[in-house]
Amino acid sequence: MIAGVLAATARLIAGGTVLWTEAPTPQPHIYIANHSSHLDFILLWSVLPAEVRAQARPVAARDYWSGGLRRHLAEKVFHAILIDRGGGGPDALLPTAEQFPHDHSKPNSEAGRRGADAVEQMVAALEAGSSLILFPEGTRDQSGNMGRFRSGLYRVCQAQPNVPVVPVHMANLNRILPKGALLPAPLMSRIVMGPPFQITPGETRDEFLTRAREAVALLGAP
Amino acid sequence: MRLFQDAALQRIFGILVAILIVASVVGYLLAWRQRRGAGTVSATVANLNSRVRAWWVMCIVFTVALATGGIGSVVLFGILSLLALREFLTLTPTGIEDHDTLLWVFYFFTPLQYVLVAVKWYGLFSIMIPVYAFLLLPTLMAMGGQTRGFLARTATVQWGLLTCVYCLSYAPALINLDADNFAGQGAKLLLFLVIVVQSSDVCQYICGKLFGRHHLAPNISPNKTVEGYIGGGIIATGLAAGIFWITPFSPLAAAAFGLVIVVMGSAGGLVMSAIKRDQGIKDFGTLIRGHGGILDRFDSVTFAAPIFFQLVRFFYHGGAF
Repeated sequence: MIAGVLAATARLIAGGTVLWTEAPTPQPHIYIANHSSHLDFILLWSVLPAEVRAQARPVAARDYWSGGLRRHLAEKVFHAILIDRGGGGPDALLPTAEQFPHDHSKPNSEAGRRGADAVEQMVAALEAGSSLILFPEGTRDQSGNMGRFRSGLYRVCQAQPNVPVVPVHMANLNRILPKGALLPAPLMSRIVMGPPFQITPGETRDEFLTRAREAVALLGAP
Repeated sequence: MRLFQDAALQRIFGILVAILIVASVVGYLLAWRQRRGAGTVSATVANLNSRVRAWWVMCIVFTVALATGGIGSVVLFGILSLLALREFLTLTPTGIEDHDTLLWVFYFFTPLQYVLVAVKWYGLFSIMIPVYAFLLLPTLMAMGGQTRGFLARTATVQWGLLTCVYCLSYAPALINLDADNFAGQGAKLLLFLVIVVQSSDVCQYICGKLFGRHHLAPNISPNKTVEGYIGGGIIATGLAAGIFWITPFSPLAAAAFGLVIVVMGSAGGLVMSAIKRDQGIKDFGTLIRGHGGILDRFDSVTFAAPIFFQLVRFFYHGGAF
């Protein structure tokens, strides 16, 4: 009930055009999108069809979503996977690529260990039949350019190579709710869901992350 | 104002519902025949049917708005203004540093304009946006600190507020206009405006489809033709004269007002088409099925309402707003 009302409110304020390349299904998918506003997470979640949304779990930073009401919403309504930030700036959601320089299976730094925990949580959610909503840039970008993708996505896809990855481009969100703004300006957004792709055997981390980033960027090209 | 005890209103709503029933039946039969013949429904008939459905919705919404007296119409047009403004400003070149300005436009100036209609304060209603908002908005945007595209950004925000809010708010303001021997019956002026504008749109569309040969403005709108413009304009003007009995006008005066509304409505459609063409889009939004966005449907009202209001006010005294 609360979820439905929240989703409708998000669509009312910031909704607009939503385009799907392939019809959505509730089977496990990894939705990856560019990140430019606090609204991204809620809006992408809210434009999924209800039966897909019920299975979708946004991946978010534990420290932002730890306060009373926020925590309640994150856990009970969004069913978010809350992960500890792994460094790479105050707003990063996932460990930076640099923290896994050789892709060790047992990273020994504190940040690396937290990153590995996050990957385990995401893989477990996919195994349990959920989909993930992931912002691989980690931090919000204000300029309209996309940042580089962090390695968490690669590690999840390595563990679950058959789960389709859906690239999503969200336009106009940084105008609706820029960083630091309290109230959203009710402009219309444009969300494009691209064709799903999968990791290929033998693909390196950099190759895969570049391909994923280009798939998202391509959808935003005019 | 006991609108539904008003005989003229009952009659006009009866006529509207009858026309919509006929249009629905015709549309259904056309689709049925095509489905039996070719197996699919042509785009033109599908477009016609979704337009008729949208008309039903608009008719019901308007009935409810008028039934609640003035306030229902003010709220309805306030919402229409917000939606139109949203479609318009989404396309403007404003950036993240203009966020505060947009908040003022959406959450302060737009509601305030409709509050002024509701409390019948004509003096401030008529200058709040052209004077106060006009000067405050560029100041706010200058304080944002971004100079790139400054005039374009400022002008588009002001233009959006003027057309989508200021001009459109003249439509519900008609309810407050106590014309000579017509006090308290302004809702019928609003109905006259909306019926003439919308039937002019429909008649021009149909005449264009049937007889259209010469493009009116090929660079702006490939669908607008001279034949559609003139044919639809004549029919809508005749229709305005035919429903003079819901207005304080004589049949001749009703035709003259009808002509003004038709000409201004077409001008609005043409100007908005030019903007859309410049932005490289076909429709402003996707809210009403078959009609593009709110702004696509009400572009003609935004241009016709202020002129109609001011002319009635001038010639029929109006005065006490």
